[in-house]
Amino acid sequence: MISIMNTFGVWLAAFFTLCIFSFLYQDNPFYKFAEQVFVGLSAAYWLVYIIYSIMVPNLFAKLAADFSGNIILLIPAALGLMMLMRIHPKTQWISRYPIAIMVGTTAGISMLRYMKSDILQQLTATMINPFAADTTPEVIGNLLMIIGTICGVYFFYFSKKQEGVSKAVSKVGIWFLMVSFGATFGYTVMARISLLIGRLDFLLGDWLHLIK
Amino acid sequence: MKSSAPLIFAFIVGIIVLLSEFIPHSPFNEIVSTLEGWFMIISGFAILLGQISLIRMNTHKIVHKLDNWQYHLAGLISFGLMLALGLLWGMQETPGILGDATGIQAWLGQKPFDYLFENAYLPLSATLFSLLAFFIASAAYRAFIIRGLESNLLMITAIIVIIGRTSIGTMLTGWLPESLHFWHFPNLADFIMEFPNTAAQRAILISAGLGIVGSSLRIILGIERSYLGGDK
Repeated sequence: MISIMNTFGVWLAAFFTLCIFSFLYQDNPFYKFAEQVFVGLSAAYWLVYIIYSIMVPNLFAKLAADFSGNIILLIPAALGLMMLMRIHPKTQWISRYPIAIMVGTTAGISMLRYMKSDILQQLTATMINPFAADTTPEVIGNLLMIIGTICGVYFFYFSKKQEGVSKAVSKVGIWFLMVSFGATFGYTVMARISLLIGRLDFLLGDWLHLIK
Repeated sequence: MKSSAPLIFAFIVGIIVLLSEFIPHSPFNEIVSTLEGWFMIISGFAILLGQISLIRMNTHKIVHKLDNWQYHLAGLISFGLMLALGLLWGMQETPGILGDATGIQAWLGQKPFDYLFENAYLPLSATLFSLLAFFIASAAYRAFIIRGLESNLLMITAIIVIIGRTSIGTMLTGWLPESLHFWHFPNLADFIMEFPNTAAQRAILISAGLGIVGSSLRIILGIERSYLGGDK
């Protein structure tokens, strides 16, 4: 029986794969169907995942095991229910309280975390002696790293109109950003091509058995 | 009161979290870990809110028979099916309301939720994202090619990285002598990733970090209040 269900699973996967690929020709009912099924499955998957990985261990299991000992957990549960009040326009204002607590906590945590990891650590890593490297390309690379970081940060300084020398510095910053976006773009294309190869491998191998 | 009380809440929790960094002693440690736990639970409800909104939107389209309502019905059915399977028999090692579905597992080879995940969700997800390969390539070609130095810089870097990170790069420039080793495509890609790319990423991180610090301060002090929405 498992074998039959495995085969059915492969055919189901092949059907959905072809439905999505049919969009390469033009928008059609098969693609629209598969797209909506994906939205539904995706939403349900994340809901089930959140229930089992966050809600059950952090709230329901603790309350079920020792209600009086964990009675304080009724506060976030109540705040969570207040969050759901956002659904109705008349009770929407109630959701401001849990949102304020979430936003306030996130702001406090983010401020400290980003100050350490994204500002201080990155600045420290850039403050190097570029000439301490062993090879010429490394020395050039270190110089590029320092110049690129300074010019890149300067590009994001929008409080003053950039003209004259500052415009030139900003321009160099843009060049470095473009190189980085190019590298990111290259990796994204490769990742997508890799997924495409995976799907073709599935269709030609697992489904049609044309390749091994 | 409806809008000022939440601002006071945001200020208090924000200040407590900030103080805990500078006073790493009781009771600040406990308060912050409690707040972080609460944050997780409330965010779980926030995700539930998103799903309820999705159901409402789909139901509205189906009830009023708006354009393409049939597809939204399919989406709603798939949502209900996946959710029901997950809640009834659980996922992976986690049992559901009705247990571990041992009988069904003997028949399907795995839990129903995992079966649907593997044979419907994963293929759909991978194929949708692989489809982007075609559109990214064509859109990038139209948007960037021969539009100026910056756009060419982007495309040339992308091409070097793609060639350098695949076997074709080794094949194309593998014959270069040792003195020109730097110009070997994989080495060139490594250099780009290690230096100019890192420099730009650092610039982005530092600038975004400064922006986040500023925004966080504005939120804690109640200057930024757009997250509260309209005054309804």
